[in-house]
Amino acid sequence: MTSSKLLPLSTEEHTAGNGLVSRRWLLRTGLPTLGAMGLSSGIVHAEELRVPDWSSSPGLDLTGYGQPSPFENEVVRPTLPLFPEGIGDGSGVSFTPLEKLAGTITPNGLFFERHHSGIPEIDPAEHQFAIHGLVERPLVFTVEALLRYPMVTKTCFIECAGNSLFNSFDEAQQRTAGEIHGLIGNAEWAGVSLAQLLEEAGVSPQGKWLVAEGGDAAKMSRSIPIEKAIDGDAFIALYQNGERLRPEQGYPMRLVVPGWQGSMNVKWLRRVKVVSAPVHAKDETSKYTLLQKDGKSRQFTYEMGVKSVITSPSPGREPGAKGLYQISGLAWSGAGRINKVEVSADGGASWAEALIPDQTPSRALTRFQLPWQWTGQSATLMSRATDEAGTVQPTREAWYEPYAANQIFHQNAIQAWAVSSDGGVSNVYA
Amino acid sequence: MSMRKFGIKTATAVAVFTLVTPVHAQNLGKVVSESDLVNWDISIGPDGVGLPTGSGTSAEGSNIWSEQCSACHGENGKGGPAGDLVGGVGTLTSPDHIKTVGSFWPYSTTLFDYVRRAMPYYAPGSLSDDEVYAVVAYLLSQNEIITDDTIMNADSLPRVEMPNADGFISYWPVAKK
Ligand code: HEC
Repeated sequence: MTSSKLLPLSTEEHTAGNGLVSRRWLLRTGLPTLGAMGLSSGIVHAEELRVPDWSSSPGLDLTGYGQPSPFENEVVRPTLPLFPEGIGDGSGVSFTPLEKLAGTITPNGLFFERHHSGIPEIDPAEHQFAIHGLVERPLVFTVEALLRYPMVTKTCFIECAGNSLFNSFDEAQQRTAGEIHGLIGNAEWAGVSLAQLLEEAGVSPQGKWLVAEGGDAAKMSRSIPIEKAIDGDAFIALYQNGERLRPEQGYPMRLVVPGWQGSMNVKWLRRVKVVSAPVHAKDETSKYTLLQKDGKSRQFTYEMGVKSVITSPSPGREPGAKGLYQISGLAWSGAGRINKVEVSADGGASWAEALIPDQTPSRALTRFQLPWQWTGQSATLMSRATDEAGTVQPTREAWYEPYAANQIFHQNAIQAWAVSSDGGVSNVYA
Repeated sequence: MSMRKFGIKTATAVAVFTLVTPVHAQNLGKVVSESDLVNWDISIGPDGVGLPTGSGTSAEGSNIWSEQCSACHGENGKGGPAGDLVGGVGTLTSPDHIKTVGSFWPYSTTLFDYVRRAMPYYAPGSLSDDEVYAVVAYLLSQNEIITDDTIMNADSLPRVEMPNADGFISYWPVAKK
């Protein structure tokens, strides 16, 4: 866009404290390019442009599978084993580096991981998937057979129920946005409707629950209400963002239960058993449950709560010099669409509505942004999402209220980043 | 199902031609018998459905424990690098609560299910059903839920009353207090 279209910032464009600029200013000016945004901090003259080496001779050859630029080699998933070496190798997590990405789709190689016993190396020609239990005809499918079914596609997030666990510590941990909230990824999945396969097997009237099980060494297993498949949106994904699943995402097939706890999206899916009641597997009793202060625990808390996080500025994405910036982040809800994201620069004293698309996707990531005039004063940045059910993202204090100490699952509290006067950004509980 | 309807429509549309290849729903699953799934069907319900024949006692399980489990889960199920499986009963309302099989798990059947499917960590599936019953008995007796000489089998295991059996509130489909 041209600089003449860039309207000057008047005082009335400041909608909330500490430099937040109205999203209407963004809408009226069109989405300004970064260069145009830079103009507001004074005119800078560039030097004469020279012809670089890469323009002076032919470049590299064609490749069978493209890789990121070597200049992007620091954009990787931070990994975190959960046990000492030799005790539980392969049980751990790696985080989507949220602060290094833009848009809403997570690249396949950067999609977070949580494995309970490593990544099995499955030969798709030998993999089998069974549906059995309370059905008329127990069935076994090959991968090849499943590839012949009509495909459903759905863009949705998968979020580990333990995402944001580092904000359960008593003291705020100094980690990046991805290292705190990156146990989430968003992809376009393609695969086969689970309802269609269940229909082929013929579910008996007593069939009310499914047990989904993986073919990994942990044989990860979860009970799933049959409603999520029949008249629901569960499906078996074979493709992720256009290509076949990566091994660490469940190759050759995984279950996808949009909006629900990550571990229910069982990877390396080998079996769905139709049963009459939940089996109370280890990962729905011992783990992925929430102990309350009164000693009772919440179980089968499937839906992931409404949540948002500012990815820029954030630790590692410091503003640097004073001036105009775009606060940018991600919002999502397991209950459906995001209706509103608000941003605060003064620790929640005042809020301004961020810009989101007119039509936000259901159970998928939404990108929000809002201009921010940083004057060089210290600031506390926060974002707060509201979903289509009207549920508002809670404060950290409100989130912990019912729970016993150290509970880590379904933590969807508001994240606060402190920006200091020297431009550093840190994680704070505010 | 819509596919089937679609199939019928397509079939009638081409029926004017004499050679008709009817279009059916995919139906590409191969029929299998439950007995052919025996090596895979390892899920066990809280009512004991799915438990195999076999049995074991804590005394038998104690050896298996020291050889196959204690390096990761501690001498008596406590203090190991892979987490405690013993102790903590009665601590759930205290700030220093300890969640273990004994203090937290609502069903004993889950223990059989999980150990048989996933433990020992580097060799899941290597224990016989008798050995799994025995090591399960060991853990239950270390937690003082059963006595040393109680025989665990498909009949007795589901009847073991776990201390935290009433400790869970189901949030599906809505919170049930
Ligand atoms: C080499 C180390 C190792 C050995 C040996 C081992 N385990 Fe484990 N165990 C683990 C790890 C790691 C986990 C956590 C797995 C995960 O991430 O889900 C675990 C989890 C468990 C759990 C679930 C704990 C909970 O509260 O959720 C039980 C029960 C268990 N093991 C029992 C056993 C038994 C019984 C044996 C012996 C037959 C055994 N383990 C041997 C490493 C080990």
